[in-house]
Amino acid sequence: MKTICLYFEIHQIIHLKRYRCFDIGRDHYYYDDYENERSISDIAERSYIPALSTLIEMAKNYSDTFKVALSISGVALEQLEVHAPSVIELLHQLNETGCCEFLCEPYSHGLSSLANEDCFREEVERMRTKIKQIFGKEPKVFRNSSLIYSNEIGATVADMGFKGMLTEGAKHILGWKSPHYLYHCAMNPNLKLLLRDFKLSDDISLRFSNSEWSEYPLFADKYIDWIAALPEEEQVINIFMELSALGIAQPLSSNILEFMKALPVCAKERGVTFSTPTDIITKLKSVDQVDVPYPMSWVDEERDISPWLGNVMQREAFNKLYSVAERVHLCDDRRIKQDWDYLQASNNFRFMTTKNTGIWLNRGIYDSPYDAFTNYMNILGDFISRVNSLYPVDMDNEELNSLLTTIKNQGEELVALNKEVERLQAKLEKAEGKKAPAVKKEPAAKKPVAAKKPVAKKPVAKKAASKKEE
Amino acid sequence: MKVLMFGWEFPPKIYGGLAVASYGITKGLSLQGDMETTFCLPKPCGDEEKFLNIIGMNQVPIVWRDVNYDYLKSRLSTSTPEQYYAFRDHIYSDFSYMHVNDLGCMEFAGGYPGNLHDEINNFSIIAGVVARQQEFDIIHAHDWLTYPAGVHAKLVSGKPLCIHVHATDFDRSRGKVNPTVYAMEKNGMDHADCIMCVSELTRQTVIHQYHQDPRKCFAMHNAVYPLSQDLLDIPRPDHSKEKVVTFLGRITMQKGPEYFVEAAALVLKRTRNIRFVMAGSGDMLDAMINLAAERGIADRFHFPGFQRGRQVYEAYKNSDVFVMPSVSEPFGIAPLEAMQCGTPSIISKQSGCGEILDKVIKTDYWDINAMADAIYSICTNPSLFQYLQEEGKKEVDGITWEKVGLRIRALYEQVLKNYGK
Repeated sequence: MKTICLYFEIHQIIHLKRYRCFDIGRDHYYYDDYENERSISDIAERSYIPALSTLIEMAKNYSDTFKVALSISGVALEQLEVHAPSVIELLHQLNETGCCEFLCEPYSHGLSSLANEDCFREEVERMRTKIKQIFGKEPKVFRNSSLIYSNEIGATVADMGFKGMLTEGAKHILGWKSPHYLYHCAMNPNLKLLLRDFKLSDDISLRFSNSEWSEYPLFADKYIDWIAALPEEEQVINIFMELSALGIAQPLSSNILEFMKALPVCAKERGVTFSTPTDIITKLKSVDQVDVPYPMSWVDEERDISPWLGNVMQREAFNKLYSVAERVHLCDDRRIKQDWDYLQASNNFRFMTTKNTGIWLNRGIYDSPYDAFTNYMNILGDFISRVNSLYPVDMDNEELNSLLTTIKNQGEELVALNKEVERLQAKLEKAEGKKAPAVKKEPAAKKPVAAKKPVAKKPVAKKAASKKEE
Repeated sequence: MKVLMFGWEFPPKIYGGLAVASYGITKGLSLQGDMETTFCLPKPCGDEEKFLNIIGMNQVPIVWRDVNYDYLKSRLSTSTPEQYYAFRDHIYSDFSYMHVNDLGCMEFAGGYPGNLHDEINNFSIIAGVVARQQEFDIIHAHDWLTYPAGVHAKLVSGKPLCIHVHATDFDRSRGKVNPTVYAMEKNGMDHADCIMCVSELTRQTVIHQYHQDPRKCFAMHNAVYPLSQDLLDIPRPDHSKEKVVTFLGRITMQKGPEYFVEAAALVLKRTRNIRFVMAGSGDMLDAMINLAAERGIADRFHFPGFQRGRQVYEAYKNSDVFVMPSVSEPFGIAPLEAMQCGTPSIISKQSGCGEILDKVIKTDYWDINAMADAIYSICTNPSLFQYLQEEGKKEVDGITWEKVGLRIRALYEQVLKNYGK
């Protein structure tokens, strides 16, 4: 029996504002609030709200058969919470139907999986907790930003306890193999892989309303016929796309939502079911491993990471950004952490691409890749100097880490000691009655102050020294 | 196919971009083998390359004079007595009231003298003789100075006329046109069967300001010749400590030099290890020196004066960024030359060459913030410099006069096919 795994991605970046080189060191706010509000409300109105309503309707009408999976990036979630809470409301409704599985992805929708494992793990954990908080279920399946996958990434994800992962069914990886089976990671057989059928996915997300396409107009029965006509053994059809494909890439006027609504009926007639990724992973057995030594993605003809790291500018920006990854990881400055999430979003690198794909790329406020690079590097210049001013630049990260750990441990120790002192004091007071409380208090209060001093002094002194050197 | 061309400048005597473009176009055409180009110049110097026939208009008689062969041989420098006699047989009117010499020819000062309008008129009178004597299929006139000659030749011969718009008076004057020049340009365009413009920008000016039929206007972008090995070998000085940003061109209103100074002032507020060079001369030079002093950046801002020949390429090679903030530039060949030398360019969006260049940074000429930002970015991010340097060179190497020659040839054929229908 064939089953369709339908998955939608929800992601919108936080747009960066025009940031000139003169602003470096003066202005630490990098975002275009107007554009953020405008674009997210626009997309919510034209795509997310109608699309999610349709999915809810489908889930209610075909609650026994229809299944869908969604994932939301952390940055998109933040924006939706602020500017389009009705979308969150719809997500809850969809969640309540029980037909929907939420997957986990990196919080920033960034490329940390290619740069820094600690950083990657941290943001995935954060997203996992957040999804659990909001939707009540811990995600079991992972999808990386833009479905970027390689053996190493798979191993890391498996190590973090995920049972499955979505990725691209890229031709250069699969060769003669079909994406319509369940596979597993070459480095850890416990991680199952669902591979996207790019032909069937792109038929909807890319070509649906294109009147020059040979299959235009596409109807649900024809589409399901294609799926039903696949060889009997090929059981899993993975259709992954961005949610904004319904409404933005394919305008609502193309009747894309009517097409979607008709899918469950047509599927039922032909005995095709719907499943969530977790269903598939638990029910089916993996047929083979997929060996992906070099990272692949679901973008562009090449299905590799060249849309983000294809030219020297992108690589410089990427390397600069992740050069401070450890420092950001160590620090606990809330604003820096937040900026770190927003700056990582892969779209920032995509704007700098010089690839000529023939498909129009929305570069936002930038009119060329150089413009995008210049603006991003200006912001990064400011961001890095902020990170560096937290701790001395010349200090080794490891040394810094151990110092910070010492400070943290000593702090905890102090808290414990303080509690001990209080406890003893209380005991003493009880024992001595009300005889001389004032006298006893003094040495007790002094103790922590004296203990704190040498610890706190260290980083301060170092900081001053490094400032002088600068 | 035979082409009769009228031009005002030709290398090795170079007054401006027109000479370079005329050379490129004729060379591009000559590479096709079966194109025969006759190029009429007011005053050739005799050192021109020999891939085309050059007619010196100062040696074409317009008044009949009885001169013997040997005397002619001693007087004519760039043509032969046979040519002289052939032209003499085609004098079409009595011009003895004109100021002619003992050969019956008119003298030209060459270049752009004070009595330019007289010279243009004389040029067109002589064109009548040339057009009667020469055999050709099509006429091609470069820039407004030669439009009257082209029109004259068309009326005499009945052959189609192509005119090549290298610039319009709207570019030169920021909109305050000289009515005499405008009239001459408009007349030329009205008579033309085909108008080749050096960019889409110029084409739009021609259509909207000169009210021409868009169907006969075509964008014909310029190209560049590959640099000689000698120039390519000029070393790039080490700029790891201090970067150099260059403006190179006439310092006049059209080129927008003040925006360069303002952008420099903004960049220097942020960092001090960049030097700015404004090479060239022009009527705004003094004003720019004053402006630089006013902004307090004179210590980082240099005016080396007019650069010629090899110096130009040395200046490009000595730069990390080349900036052309032209307010209105029909084409602008300088950034292409800078890119040939491996120097990243920033050009204004109001420059015609931007239409065929992708590996350059484009800003609006008035947007000094964007310009300063781009300068700063190239100077501080090695990857951007490297990318624009490598990819820019590749891109500009693909823009050749051969291709332009082929496109001009195709246009000629199209014009001839439709002519008179």
